Amino acid sequence: MEEKISPHTVRYTVFVLVWAGLIALTWLTVKVAKTWSGALSVVSPLIIASVKTGLVLAFFMHLKYERRLIKIFCAAGIGIIIITAWLVYSDVLYR
Amino acid sequence: MDESAQAKTHRDYTGSKIGMWLFLISEVFFFFGPFLLYSVFRYRFPSEFSAGSRELDLFLGTLNTALLLTSSLFVAVSVSAVKRGNRNLAAFLLVLTVLFGLAFLFNKYTEWDARITGGVYPGSAALLQQGKGKVIFYGLYFFMTGFHGLHVLAGVVLMGFMAVFVMTGAVRQGDFIKLENSGLYWHLVDIIWIYLFPLFYLVS
Repeated sequence: MEEKISPHTVRYTVFVLVWAGLIALTWLTVKVAKTWSGALSVVSPLIIASVKTGLVLAFFMHLKYERRLIKIFCAAGIGIIIITAWLVYSDVLYR
Repeated sequence: MDESAQAKTHRDYTGSKIGMWLFLISEVFFFFGPFLLYSVFRYRFPSEFSAGSRELDLFLGTLNTALLLTSSLFVAVSVSAVKRGNRNLAAFLLVLTVLFGLAFLFNKYTEWDARITGGVYPGSAALLQQGKGKVIFYGLYFFMTGFHGLHVLAGVVLMGFMAVFVMTGAVRQGDFIKLENSGLYWHLVDIIWIYLFPLFYLVS
C-alpha cells in the first residue's frame, strides 16, 4: 500500500513574503525596545517574538498544512509550558 | 518470482514526521527551563540585567537573527524545490544554509571572545566583583547561547549531509522526509534564537 506523501507544495513566493514579514518584525522589535520603557518594553518584544514564532511554525515548518494530530501535539506542548510557568511563578512570587 | 527482490524497505512518512515533531517539542521543554530561570532572575535583578544587556553587541545579535531567519527561508524553499524535482536549487540553498550557519557561529565566537578576554566569564574574579545579578545574567547568557550554538552546529552538520543527499538522490522527489525533518530541526533552532535575542540583547 503506497502511503500518500504530502501532496501540498508551498510556493516560493509565500516563503519569501513570510521572510520579509519576519525581517520587518525584527526591525520593529529593536525599535520598540529602544523607544519604549517600563512594563511595555518588557512584554512587547516577547509578543513580537511570539508572532514571529507563529509565522515560522505555520509556514516554514508547514504546520498550517499538517494533519490535526500534529497541531494538537504543539498545542499540548504550549499548554504544558504555560502550566509549568504558572507553577514556578506561584512558588517564586509567594516566597 | 524472487520474493526478496519484491520486498520494499518499509517507509512510514507520517510516522517519521510525527516522531520528529515530538522530539522538537521535547527540545522546547528543555530550553524552556533556562527561559524560566531567566524570567525569575530578571524580575529580581532588573537593573543588572539591563546593564548586562547593554554590554552585549546589538549589531551582531541583530545580524545573527537575520542570518538564521534567512537560512530558514533557504531551507523552506529547498524542501519545496525537492518536491518539484529541482535538485540543483535545493542543493545550492542547503549549501548557503551551511554557510549562514557557520557565519552565525563565527559571530557568536567573536562575541564570546570579547567577553572572555574582557575578563567576563562564569567564575571569573572580574565578574564575581560585579555582584549577583551580573553573575546570573552572564551565567545564563553563556549557558543559553552556548547550548543554542551547539544546536546550530549540529544543524549545520545535518544540512551539510542533506546537501550531499540531495545531490546523490538519497533525498529526492519521491522520498524527502529526511530533508523535511532536518528542516524542522533547523526552524526550531531559529525559533529558539528568536526568543533568545530579545531576552539578552533588548533589555532596556
